[in-house]
Amino acid sequence: MEILYATCVGVLVTCGLFLILRARTFPVVLGLTMMSYAVNLFLFASGRLNSNQAAVLGQSTQYADPLPQALVLTAIVIGFAMTAFVVILSIRGRADLGNDHVDGIIPNKNKASQREIR
Amino acid sequence: MGHLVTLPILLPMLGAILLLLPPCGKNLKMRRALSQAFALFTLIASLVLLMHSATNNIEVYALGNWSAPFGIVLVSDMLATLLISLTSFLALCCITYASAGDDEKGSFFHPLMQFLVMGVNGAFLTGDLFNLFVFFEVLLIASYSLLMHAGDKHKTRSALHYVILNLIGSSIFLIGLGVLYGVLGTLNIADMAVKVSQLTGDDIALAKIGGLLLLIVFGLKAAILPLHLWLPKTYSSALPVVAAMFAIMTKVGVYAMFRVYTIIFGEQAGELAFMAQSWLWPLSILTIAIGALGVLASEDLRKLTANLVIISVGTLVAAISMHSVMATAAALYYIIHSTLMIAVLFLLADLISVQRGKASDRLVEGKPVAQPYILGGGFLIAALAVMGMPPMSGFIGKIWLLKASSQINGTVIFWPVYLIASFVVLIALSRAGSFLFWRHSNNEATKEVAAPLKTNVIITLLLCSPLMVIFSGPITDFTLAAAEQLHDVNNHINTVLAISNEGVKS
Repeated sequence: MEILYATCVGVLVTCGLFLILRARTFPVVLGLTMMSYAVNLFLFASGRLNSNQAAVLGQSTQYADPLPQALVLTAIVIGFAMTAFVVILSIRGRADLGNDHVDGIIPNKNKASQREIR
Repeated sequence: MGHLVTLPILLPMLGAILLLLPPCGKNLKMRRALSQAFALFTLIASLVLLMHSATNNIEVYALGNWSAPFGIVLVSDMLATLLISLTSFLALCCITYASAGDDEKGSFFHPLMQFLVMGVNGAFLTGDLFNLFVFFEVLLIASYSLLMHAGDKHKTRSALHYVILNLIGSSIFLIGLGVLYGVLGTLNIADMAVKVSQLTGDDIALAKIGGLLLLIVFGLKAAILPLHLWLPKTYSSALPVVAAMFAIMTKVGVYAMFRVYTIIFGEQAGELAFMAQSWLWPLSILTIAIGALGVLASEDLRKLTANLVIISVGTLVAAISMHSVMATAAALYYIIHSTLMIAVLFLLADLISVQRGKASDRLVEGKPVAQPYILGGGFLIAALAVMGMPPMSGFIGKIWLLKASSQINGTVIFWPVYLIASFVVLIALSRAGSFLFWRHSNNEATKEVAAPLKTNVIITLLLCSPLMVIFSGPITDFTLAAAEQLHDVNNHINTVLAISNEGVKS
């Protein structure tokens, strides 16, 4: 289970990083979302991975650490709000800057169109 | 003192919620009055806490009466109360200044400002690392929206960069916290400090990774060298009054470094003792150098001030990496001085750019300003203070810091870099001042006179600098005591963990 879990987190982080480095707002937003999934999984694993263990005392012979679950919940809520904000901001950026590049200027295009955008 | 500790967080939150409700949401006058009133209440509460912490030991407040390693505690020691007082004072000034007209330029200025104060105060007061993350997010989301206040194209672009960078920063923060929790099994700062010293084997390496990941995040918030590139653009594109308030935000990152790398990874952390300091020392010196270059290269006053922020951060981080009581005390004095002076420079840049018409605050020939004496005099005082010339507060901070650095072996590198940087700032500010006030094309001055409220706020902030010199005795005594309290890690641990144990018994 550990290997599968670690691979999942690793793949998510890799994909997230790759997408963030694309420098277009839509892939960046997707990348940030993937990163936050990976982070949530990672946080969850910080209380050790185990099955058939309740996070409540007295429900099973061994109990799981409840704190990471609370942390993950908090992180999910915050991540959700931030994602919503960055989506709106990207839409506004698309409207204000005329394209979806994070710098507002698409590199390697002829200069006439760049001037137009500015 | 009981529940008073929560007030600097609760009051701004209550204020923000009230400001969103119908009677204030519609009525501008009422909104301004209420916002200023709440800022004033927060300031009073912070000052009472400050007075209290000066004479007493660390005050610990267990939220919901859950004892320390398990629940979240608020820790009000001298460092925290000093910084929340500074924040509340700056917030009151900025809110008053904005009430002269800047708050109308977009929506929800006042509630967002209150949420920002809540986040900053919370980050200063909390004694729990995850709670620190939550308050970071509170202040960040308020700052995202404030950055967009009265926004145009250029703001959207810099806001996008700022938001994306900080979201990545938050992810790294959580990963760091996850690693540390996995190794230490706790997120309470005092408890972590105990657990770190008991680590063995591979766990030490893991804890080191977690701690250094946190260093990346704090470095991003504080804007130290490789992570500072977002700052000049963001601060110079924000509305000046917002930028003035943002002067405290880099200090949140610096404060987090103080807390984490003095208490958790401080002298008693065994193998991990002072693990960040060796990284921070070269980085801070390079930060000062790059900030000085940025100051020289800036083409307008706001960008110049934003680069001054980078220099001040570099100075503070250098003080952290010296990890001595004296350096910390000097840094605390310097924090008060630099936050207020940088804020006042942003506000002055606002008035200057309005009065110079088309030339704005760019360093080119333009119309003469309408109020040359107030603005010019204000600029002179602020500039003298920032560059650290004798009659002003910057001088004391600088001398003290140089003296503290001579106690360790860093003099050879630190003194030349820091003094040359100050000299560069002197050149850049004199050049800026002579462009802004002396070189005009022959046009008539604009008729735009600044609102008296705005000039009053600026004068109040400027007065702080000579006052900090006149009362430097009590202030330096306080910062010395605060630094001693911060470096007395055992006392911190015992107080936080003991008080909560009593709570369990009762």
